[in-house]
Amino acid sequence: MENQARIKDLADKYGNEDLIVILGGAEAEASGLAAETVSTGDPTYAGPLAGVPLGLKAYHIFELKDQVDSAVYDEQIGMMEMVLDVDEIVNEVKNYRG
Amino acid sequence: MLEGKKVAILGDRDGIPGPAIEECVKTAGAEIVFSATECFV
Repeated sequence: MENQARIKDLADKYGNEDLIVILGGAEAEASGLAAETVSTGDPTYAGPLAGVPLGLKAYHIFELKDQVDSAVYDEQIGMMEMVLDVDEIVNEVKNYRG
Repeated sequence: MLEGKKVAILGDRDGIPGPAIEECVKTAGAEIVFSATECFV
């Protein structure tokens, strides 16, 4: 919840063109919920972003594999990429980028 | 796409933690302005 307030402050400061959110969620539903929260607002109405559409684009780190150094990616992310359902997570997060 | 962008990282203890994502996005030329590994919603 505290993090929602921080994200709101950062969005106010940098704007939704320059600021992007990168997620590391372990499963699709929670990752999608976070992506939705920073885009159209907190759907659970529990945090500071309830009813606040920041319009930020969120990506899961799995989607950015091609953009980062492959050795670093393999070292930091490789193991989790093997055990998590990458396609399901990525498809869910993509839904909220409009 | 990441080059020159400001990045806020929301890591997950059960998935990819914040520091691991930080290491990755640094190599893509993004500026990390926030990083956490906690519950967000």
